This record gives sequence, structure tokens and C-alpha cells, in this order.
Amino acid sequence: MAMNGKGTLLDASTLPVKEFDGIIVGGGGSGMMASLQLAKSGMNTAVVSKVFPTRSHTVSAQGGITCSIQSADPDDDWRWHMFDTVKGSDFIGDQDSIEYMCKEGPEAIFELENMGLPFSRTEEGKIYQRAFGGQSKDYGKGGQAERTCAAADRTGHALLHTLFQANVKAGTNFLSEWFAVDLVKNQNDQVVGVIAFEIESGEPYFLKSKATVLATGGAGRIYQTTSNALINTGDGTGMALRAGFPVQDMEMWQFHPTGIHGHGTLVTEGCRGEGGYLVNKDGERFMERYAPNYKDLASRDVVARSMFTEILEGRGCGPDADHVYLKLDHLGPEIVHKRLPGVTELSKRFAHVDPAEHPIPVVPTCHYAMGGIPTNVHGQVISQNPDGTDKIIDGLYAAGEAACVSVHGGNRLGGNSLLDLIVFGRSAGLHIEESFKAGIKMDDPSSDDVDYALRNLNRVNVSQSGENFVEVKKDLQKTMQMNFGVFRTEELMENGIKEVSDLRDKSQNIHLADKSSQFNTARVEALELLNLIEVAEATAISANERKESRGAHSREDYPDRDDENWLKHSIYFSDTKQVSKRDVNFRPKQVQAFQPIVRTY
Amino acid sequence: MNAISASEIKTLRLSIYRYDPLKQEKPYMQDFDIDIPAEKDLMVLDVLMLAKEQDPSISFRRSCREGVCGSDGLNINGKNGLGCITPLSDAIKSNKLSIRPLPGLPVIKDLIVDMKQFVDQYKKVKPYLITDKKVDTREAIPQTIEEREKLDGLYECIMCGCCSTACPSFWWNPDKFLGPAALLQAYRFIADSRDTATEERLEQLEDAFSVFRCHGIMNCVSVCPKGLNPTKAIGEIKKMLVKRAL
Repeated sequence: MAMNGKGTLLDASTLPVKEFDGIIVGGGGSGMMASLQLAKSGMNTAVVSKVFPTRSHTVSAQGGITCSIQSADPDDDWRWHMFDTVKGSDFIGDQDSIEYMCKEGPEAIFELENMGLPFSRTEEGKIYQRAFGGQSKDYGKGGQAERTCAAADRTGHALLHTLFQANVKAGTNFLSEWFAVDLVKNQNDQVVGVIAFEIESGEPYFLKSKATVLATGGAGRIYQTTSNALINTGDGTGMALRAGFPVQDMEMWQFHPTGIHGHGTLVTEGCRGEGGYLVNKDGERFMERYAPNYKDLASRDVVARSMFTEILEGRGCGPDADHVYLKLDHLGPEIVHKRLPGVTELSKRFAHVDPAEHPIPVVPTCHYAMGGIPTNVHGQVISQNPDGTDKIIDGLYAAGEAACVSVHGGNRLGGNSLLDLIVFGRSAGLHIEESFKAGIKMDDPSSDDVDYALRNLNRVNVSQSGENFVEVKKDLQKTMQMNFGVFRTEELMENGIKEVSDLRDKSQNIHLADKSSQFNTARVEALELLNLIEVAEATAISANERKESRGAHSREDYPDRDDENWLKHSIYFSDTKQVSKRDVNFRPKQVQAFQPIVRTY
Repeated sequence: MNAISASEIKTLRLSIYRYDPLKQEKPYMQDFDIDIPAEKDLMVLDVLMLAKEQDPSISFRRSCREGVCGSDGLNINGKNGLGCITPLSDAIKSNKLSIRPLPGLPVIKDLIVDMKQFVDQYKKVKPYLITDKKVDTREAIPQTIEEREKLDGLYECIMCGCCSTACPSFWWNPDKFLGPAALLQAYRFIADSRDTATEERLEQLEDAFSVFRCHGIMNCVSVCPKGLNPTKAIGEIKKMLVKRAL
């Protein structure tokens, strides 16, 4: 076989084919929600995941799932959640999608509970909900809400394992530890499957399907310091860009306020929801100055910027004055150890402090991509026609962090990512099921189409000399960290764009020295680099193009929000490296659209 | 244990188990000298990643690097644990660090073991809620705080395999004895007030091997990186089985 290093090129004529009704790339929350839907409907479904599904990054989510299930407050209303989410997005979240998520959310939560998810409970035996950032009652007029459903501070773990278990029960076919390399398109621009290889044997396949779902999660590894798992390399996003499909709002990266200093691992926003707060070196609770009403529970972009401002103005903590403290010790060991057991564990491991006794040193860390592959509420991937109108791509879906159905716009609220992935993982599954019932007709790809999708795998496999991909990755992370962080300027970004472009050239010439076939993790890492480069370049160019400050995108040279020109999504194509604009949806079905207001907390 | 403080270490002698069944007849240990920052207490996974920079052909699994995904169960200086949350200061003996794959499972390559047997046993216990209570997607199945607390110490398992692969009973009968991880999972559903299949679950466990091959050696407890106690859960199942037989 070609993987054995003899330098043989793979081609369509010898490549084995496996055919499925639906292929889900990615075994995290959104992927397994989609696969569950398909498997329950009796479709022949495969989840292609580069790690065993429970190793996916959903497992790291701590604080919870925000959803108006009316447990903490019987008067809670999904419309209030919708208002908070629209405001949190700094008004470039699509209101039809946000409406769908907030309204459909409760049913998805109860479905998960019914499957066995071990939510924490209230005195009445209902699901426990805690306060999270940016949450209000009565459209911002009724004070702080408690809307985030939690399983202690291990909600992602509980969610992911429950979904895995439900998929085991439903008989989902797991291609576990398989790496998907590129999408296969036919001559009509329809997606008909993926090229993937089994990591254990190195055997490549064409996985053929009439519906392919990209559920590959985030790409925080484009930055040096991130809360993201080592596997979060934007694989689906890279595949979509290489196949000629766009990404949307890629400049919007969330920096989570409370990363453990020196490591990047998170402690949940639920710490502040339970009554914790941030202090500077003078012991001052500085968020009272920046967000007089919501204080430490202002939305994440606001808190992260405030923290950096404290640090830049010399009020940071520690010998290098490069972080602040998260104080929990006033809550007492009972609350800290019972409600935040995971945080206690992480804090002891990585910061060497028991949060019930000492404050945790924290600094904002790259956490979440609000942008991604644009989709509608059914998970169908959208591209743009030459006249700027939307064009649905047949056969391709995206869900979860890889997608941009745009419920988060310019800034995601805490607890909304888990809701996003279960609601839209399910809606993608439902749409595929319906489409199959109605009948899908697609042309087979030509052998040239398959060969084209094999080009990157072939290039890496036969490389005889070239760049060290580990070095290229490190340089990429460094330049992204330096030039596309929390505060941005044109000067820094233009420098960054040039460096990323040089690194892209190098990535076209990487060398895989070890050509062995058996569980070759170097091959996986080399191919991951190609995805990181795509995501990083999309981020860099989109960020420089958006000449305003909105949500997580904060420019010193354009400090104000510019609704006249930029109440828009950015759309970026890799082949032209051009950014165009796309209208934000202001047409929810059941409520009046929320119009942009000045965003204060 | 002759633990020495990591701050004294400049160069660490790291010994890694290497085996590619397509290339070598037998496994061997490969030594690396790793320079590590004197003031920082790195984790074992950090050191493995530094070694991989020297030799990219070393294979090991890793994902979250914070002890929640369960990818990097390893045998570290003779004891099973997670690479990403085992600090060098805990692991190192006489300035040496030896890393081997989890014992008792077939090795695919280097530090990567074949988890199939482990996962098969997990699947056998029907690790999902079975209930004849009214299930309605408009509300949660009620559960009191006290009932929910019974799941603490059970639901947190990350399926890293450290426990089962440290268990002599699992080494001897990996196909018939379910092993501590699967049994912890079995008890997690027995203990769940929402699950109504206790009788069905116990019946399935009632043979000489599935549960009763546990002899209370408690290796599982001493290695569990999440501080869980499978032996206790197995004890509870045994009690229920005995009571049921009377």
C-alpha cells in the first residue's frame, strides 16, 4: 500500500470505497447528536473521529448548558434568552438561528436528561441552573438570571458520555481513530464523501455518502495559549476551505477570561456564577468599574478586555504583573468543593492552589471560534453566488463549533456552546433523515474528482525533503498570538498576514520523514498543520478587513462599532483570499427582531 | 519512594517503550536525554512531547491535556496514571523516568494499546439508562438531591483504562471478568434512581466471573486518576447479588 513509504501515489482506481447513508466527521457533542438522530432512524451511519469519541473536546466543557427550562425561575422565557444572546453577539448573530436555538433548546435538554445525563438537582428534584455571564431576566431589565443547566462543573463530560452511551445503544457505527483528510466533490459541486485513513493501519479509503456532516469542533491551536485540546486543529474548516467553500466571521475568536496562568486550562465562568470575582494586585474588584451592573458576569469579551487593561496599566498580579486573581475563598470550602469539584482539581494540579483557601491566578486564553463554516438552521452549508446571494451546498452539513449558523455572532455567551451543538447537531440529523425519505440523487465523482481530493495526502506521503511541520506550527501559533490577540491594530495585523502567508508557502512543502503505516501520529500532525494554516489565514485576513470594533474583535485603530458598514457577516474564500459581506438575519419567525442598541453591562 | 524535587533536575533521562510490530520482532526501551526548565514542574505528557520533537516517530495518544478526556493512560515508572496530570515531582525516581504502555492489553505501537477488549466489556454492562418511568421531552425525570448524590464518585469515569489494566483479575480473564471500569459503570446505572432495570442488570452479572473475580486487591483504587473507588462499587454489586440469591 502507498502508505508504506515506497513513494507510490494513491489514485482513485485502487482506493477502497466504503459507502454509508450518512457520514459524520467528528465524535464530539454535535457529531454524536447528529449520528444519534440518524442511527435511531435506521440509517447506515458512520462517525469518523480521529480520537475515540469520549476524548473529544466537548468533554472539557465545565459550567453548563444555558437554556430556559424554567427550573430556577418558573417565569423564565426563551425570548429573554434570545435577547441576551442577540445582545451578547453584538448584533451580528442571525436572529432566525438564535430564535430556533432558544426555543428548541428545552426539548433537547430534556431529551438528554431522559437519556440519563446526570444533571445536578434542585430541592424540588428539578435540573439545577446557575448564573452565567450576560444572562438577564425580562430583556435586560430584570437583573441577573440563573439559566445554565449544570452537572456539577463537569457538564461537558456528562453530556459527551451520555451521548456516546446513547449511540452505543442505537448501534451507531464508529470509525474510531480515523483521520479525514479532504472532501470529495463531484462535477456539480456536490459533496459526495471524504478521503480518510484508519490511523491504526494507515489504510486510506474513500468514504462515500450522500450526506457528510462536518462536526470537527474548534481550532484554538492556531494560538500559542489556548484552553483547547491538542486535537482542536480545525480539520473540517480546513477541508471546507480547500474544497472552495467559504468561512464566516473568522475574525471572531473568544478569549475566555479565566484561563489558569501559565497553562491555558480553563476554570469555568460558573466560578463567578457561584459568587467568585476578579481582583487586581491592589485587591480591588475591578469589574465594578468596567461593568457596574453585571460586574464579573458581564459578557466574556468585556471581562477579558477589562483584565488586559488592568494588566497593561500595571495593576496585574505576580512578579511579572501579568495576570489577575480569581477569588473564591470567601465562598467557603462547602460551596467550592461541592459545586466546583473539577475546578478545585484543576486549580490544585495546574496552579498549585486550593481555591477554597487561595485565589487562582488567571489570564484570558483563546477559547472559542464564533466563526466557522456558514450554515442555515438545518446545518446545510452555505456558499455565495457571484451576486452575493446564498447558495446551499448539496451533500454537505456542518454543526457545532466548526459551523457558523451564527448564534454567537461577535461574542458567545457562556453555556451557549453546548446548547448550540445539541440543538444544531440534532437539526442537521433531522434534515438528513427527511432528505433521505424524500430521495437524494447525486452523480458519482469522476476518478479525477477523487484524485484531486487525494492530493494533500499524496503530497505528504511522498515528500522527500522540505520543511519541518512542527517548526512551522510553532511559528504559526506565535504569530497568531502576537498579532491577532485581544487588542488588534492594522500595523500588527498586516505584519501577521505576511508572516502567515510565508508560513502557508512553507506548509506546501512540508516533509514527513517517518512514512511508517502503523499508528503514525506524525502523519496526522503534518496533515493537521494544513488545516491550522487555512484557519489562521482566514482569521488574519478577515480580522484586518473588519474595520470596526465589535464583540471579541477589538481594534485600537477603529475603537467603535460601525453599524452603518459592518452590521454584517464577513465571508472569506481561501482561493481568492477575498473578504465579502453577508447580511445578518433580522427576521425571526415569532418575535420582533431586536434592533442594535449600545451594548453595556 | 525516592522522589526528588523537579526543581533540581536539568537533564532528565527518559526511557520510552518502543515497538512497531511491522518493523521489530521485539519491543525495546529507547533512552532520551530531555532538557527541562529547572523552575517548572512539568507533567509527564510535556516530557513525552519534548521527546517526540527529538524523534517524531514515537506514538502516544493525547487530547485534552488536563485530565478529563482519558487518552493518555500510561504506565509511568511502574504505576498507571494519566501523563497530562502526573507531575514529574510525583513520578520521578532517581532522576529516571520510564514510560511503558498500559499493561495487559495488546500493543498497537509504542505507548498505544488496543482498547477493544476494554470497550467491549464496557458495552456489555448496557451503559445507558433503561427506564419504564414516564419519559417526556417536556420535563426531566424527577430526582432528589440525595438520589443524585448517589451518582457522585460513579459518573466521573473517563474510561482511561488505568484501573482495569492494573487489575490482576482483568489480566487473567479480560474476556470474562468485566473489570473495574465496566463494573463502576454498571453500578452507576444501578445506583441511578431513574433507572428501573436493576433486576435485569444484576441477572446479567450473576456468574462466577463477571463480578466475583474481583478479589478486592484495590489496585484500581490506588491508580484511578479521578480518585474514584471501583472496589467499593463492586462491593455494592456483590452485596446486592448475595442478597438476591438468598
